[in-house]
Amino acid sequence: MWDYTPIVKDHFLNPRNVGDIPDADAVGEVGSLACGDALKLYLKLDENKDRIVDAKFQTFGCASAIASSSALTEMVKGKTLDEALAVSNQDIADFLGGLPEEKMHCSVMGQEALEVAILKYRGMDIPLHDGEHDQGPAYPDYEGEIVCKCFGITDAFLKKVIETNGLTTAEQVTNFTKAGGACGGCIPKIKELIAQVLGEAATQTRVRPEKLSNMKKMQLIQEVLERDIRPLLWADGGDLELIDIDGSKVQVAFRKACAGCASSGNTARMVEIKLRDLVAEDIVVEEVSQ
Amino acid sequence: MKEIYLDNNATTKVDEAVFEEMRPYFCELYGNPSSMHFFGGQVQSKVNEARGRVAELLGASPDEIIFTACGTESDNAAIRSALEVFPDRRHIITSRVEHPAVLTQCRNLRQKGYRVTEIGVDGAGRLDMDELNAAVDDDTVIVSLMWANNETGVIFPVEEAAAIAQSKGALFHSDAVQAIGKIPINMAASTIDMLSLSGHKLHAPKGIGVLYLKRGTPFRPFMVGGHQEKSRRAGTENAAAIIALGKACQLAGQYMDAENTTVKAMRDRLQDALMAVVPHARINGGGAERLPNTTSIAFEFVEGEAILLHLSEFGICASSGSACTSGSLEPSHVLRAMGVPFTCAHGSIRFSLSRYTTDAEIDTVIREMPPIIARLRQMSPFGREHLKGQA
Repeated sequence: MWDYTPIVKDHFLNPRNVGDIPDADAVGEVGSLACGDALKLYLKLDENKDRIVDAKFQTFGCASAIASSSALTEMVKGKTLDEALAVSNQDIADFLGGLPEEKMHCSVMGQEALEVAILKYRGMDIPLHDGEHDQGPAYPDYEGEIVCKCFGITDAFLKKVIETNGLTTAEQVTNFTKAGGACGGCIPKIKELIAQVLGEAATQTRVRPEKLSNMKKMQLIQEVLERDIRPLLWADGGDLELIDIDGSKVQVAFRKACAGCASSGNTARMVEIKLRDLVAEDIVVEEVSQ
Repeated sequence: MKEIYLDNNATTKVDEAVFEEMRPYFCELYGNPSSMHFFGGQVQSKVNEARGRVAELLGASPDEIIFTACGTESDNAAIRSALEVFPDRRHIITSRVEHPAVLTQCRNLRQKGYRVTEIGVDGAGRLDMDELNAAVDDDTVIVSLMWANNETGVIFPVEEAAAIAQSKGALFHSDAVQAIGKIPINMAASTIDMLSLSGHKLHAPKGIGVLYLKRGTPFRPFMVGGHQEKSRRAGTENAAAIIALGKACQLAGQYMDAENTTVKAMRDRLQDALMAVVPHARINGGGAERLPNTTSIAFEFVEGEAILLHLSEFGICASSGSACTSGSLEPSHVLRAMGVPFTCAHGSIRFSLSRYTTDAEIDTVIREMPPIIARLRQMSPFGREHLKGQA
């Protein structure tokens, strides 16, 4: 049995905003019967056509698909379209108190329906494409090449999800998008895409800023930890947590496999080198046990 | 909340009488059956009694019974033995709807250079006997076909299939874990060479299985390193579980009639009532001969996990062929092999009853299930579309 949070269970058993809006301003539809889950999202805007005043959904799918849809409608009500576009699949999962990793694709489906609804409303043409055999269309066409034939998923879409969620393994990509979860034929291609995304991230030439306000410095430190360092630790089953920043002194605590690891001293040194490279030359990293 | 347990093809309750039978063999009568002293000897005589009870249920001789740790081990041992006995034959035949204990092994063997043929089934889940006839050749080492399917309960004509296999000198194995205890089996009148049994499917504990090996069938052990089971399965006997299995088999023999009358009547009542009330539903394998305790019903436009979790709110335990309930993202390979459309496969629910199932429990399911389906369909974009204007 899946380990669903009480919030997921509540939104599954008592879903909010089920139904349709006959005079909806924006409608977003993703998934198919064949794929095993599908979501149709309706948005109603205020008179200025900017703020979402009502949202309703219809979902075919498992408990977490229904809960993600319900959560999504609750989250976007009252938001402007731009604010709504900023909602990520992780935000949906967080709203629910987390989803089992194998079910993250449900949150991706929610985010996707929202994006499709808004972009279509803004006049962009988003065609659905068909998957192979009777799997039907899955996600909207990102004008890329189909990678996963079973679920009809393109490389452009996969790269987007890999990048926004910091995914590092093919298994994670399957959990987040379903790609590779049926025949498995595209898994080598998914691994290539991960390497491409990671490679692209690594080869971006980022120059250390000349001068930084304290505020900017703290922001940049956090950004580097999230984007460049934690994904590396995840790959080895480890993690770290930022405890405090005091001027140039950065305190971190190691978690999971890194906690108590004999070479955490080396890891701390690696973090320091990376931060000195990308933020400021005088950074000192301190490991704290907390 | 009291459970309404209708998932007996997954596992069963250990019968109280079975548990009482095994209880003394943990803390009191814990001797090793192989020991020379009286203390081990009394365990050995009880293990022998159990062997006799298992043999009786199967219509076999006690020396044809090899105790293993589970049905999966029995399946693995049977197929591996055949490959060692006939090293020159390189063709394995099984079906597309086998349990992973057989199917995964066969597919792994394909990587090792074996030719593997997976026989298909028709829309009702019946084995394609013409395909089997055409597939068996002089290179075939073993044909492994399940007696009854775990998801649909559809029964295969294994005796006929065994004759086809043996006509070309191949061995025949049947994974009978779902059939044993539910339908009568008589190995004395059968030509089947090997058969797998699993204790926890018939009210014995988990962790005990049997490989039936017809007398005279060549065999190479999977587990070596001890004289137990006449050197056909090394390792100290799981005496308590063996004794439990013996009792469970004795009881299964006694309840065989009830299984095919009372239990079957409840199963039929459940599926008839649901089919009468819920539109756009179909029984998977409904057109075939099936186990008396199993029914798999496909509800269109809804997804299985959602149904199961709603049922669970009422204490009702069932299982699903949907993708979301398994680790996989595709619906059950059994339903797909039967050509069940994806639109139905995702919403397939299996109810598997036992002699403990009561009429009151069936009434509860008949009462609670239709509103759950209706509610989920109302929520589903496809349900709303297809059921527009219908009651």
